[in-house]
Amino acid sequence: MAEIVGGAAMSHVPAIGAAIDNGRTGDDYWQPVFRGFEFSKKWAADLKPDVAIVIYNDHASAFSLDIIPTFAIGCAETFDIADEGWGARPVPKIEGHPDLAGHLARALVLDEFDMTIVNRMDVDHGLTVPLNLMCGSPKQWPFKVIPICVNVVHFPPPTGKRCFDLGKAIAKAVKSYDENLRVLVLGTGGMSHQLQGPRAGLTNPAFDKRFLAGMANDPENLAKIPHIEYVREAGSEGIEMVMWLVMRGALNARVEEVHRFYHIPVSNTALGHILLENR
Amino acid sequence: MADDAFADIPGTVLFDTKRARQGYWLNTFCMSLMQAGNRAAFKADEAAYLARFAMTSEQRDAVLKRDWNGMLAQGGNIYYLAKIGATDGKSFQQLAAAMTGMSQDDYARMMLDGGRAIAGNRSIAENGHG
Repeated sequence: MAEIVGGAAMSHVPAIGAAIDNGRTGDDYWQPVFRGFEFSKKWAADLKPDVAIVIYNDHASAFSLDIIPTFAIGCAETFDIADEGWGARPVPKIEGHPDLAGHLARALVLDEFDMTIVNRMDVDHGLTVPLNLMCGSPKQWPFKVIPICVNVVHFPPPTGKRCFDLGKAIAKAVKSYDENLRVLVLGTGGMSHQLQGPRAGLTNPAFDKRFLAGMANDPENLAKIPHIEYVREAGSEGIEMVMWLVMRGALNARVEEVHRFYHIPVSNTALGHILLENR
Repeated sequence: MADDAFADIPGTVLFDTKRARQGYWLNTFCMSLMQAGNRAAFKADEAAYLARFAMTSEQRDAVLKRDWNGMLAQGGNIYYLAKIGATDGKSFQQLAAAMTGMSQDDYARMMLDGGRAIAGNRSIAENGHG
């Protein structure tokens, strides 16, 4: 039986990837950011996951305006790294887990989550930056990856509650997989940030800290936050935080928070990070 | 109406089905810049490259002038527009600074000081102005 061994949420700011790729992680600006993930890298390595389910949003890399799936699951053997306009990031290719992904796709659809099934998809910073934060920069990623994309670019994204419920369905589906696999779940994006227009640069530490504080023991209330509150309080791109709720839903009702980190600024963004274990 | 409620948020464009229709070709042009050959063609002759896409003349002008807020107003989405910035070798923070009308230094300083405060930036109605 497959088992979810832990859950992590973190921002996926592209500038973090650029700092890694350009050898800037030791800069005064970046040191405190990467320090916040030192414990997390050890934690993830100790968990020895076989597979990570990574919840992220495609940033107009694999999906154009032609087709915009609300929830999509990557079922391929491998995923190439997207060229987002400056060449593909020099990180290892992503190895998928087609068998577990296929099982999840089947189980989720029959559980009434109408997933879009993707057999070819380039993955962007939304997926690769969290892998770097949890694993550093290895020659090969230490686990296989099942990408699950959530639309948060084209309004409306799915509600927080729908995301939370999708997480619960993922947990059920993982438990019904025969092979003994250790599965890590990553929820990415956020925290407060706005990248567009005259209000760009918005941060809201009070909102973010409330959200972080509620992740372990009050996710039902976080799942009730309406879209307008995210956009108004956490910025137009702060709505990415609904993806944290997919991860939270995939963990047990009872969890233990083992690490929390919050830092402003990372480029235009308030960075948040949390690690949870099932109890 | 839900949309009216969003319109009350200052300096913020909601990218919805209507804007996706308005900005379809502008955003499609942006995505074409994910290929190195297309980036080279665009850099070699921007106007000629833009003529390949069925954009409005206002959208083309906004691209040529790098008028980011103009592009947003005409259906551009920030994640698509970021491809133009990347092609120009600009960071996301440089784009954001330009959209706020601040200098890059002032914008970077604001972020180092904790970012743009939420107080006074929640609601046009509350503030009494845009």
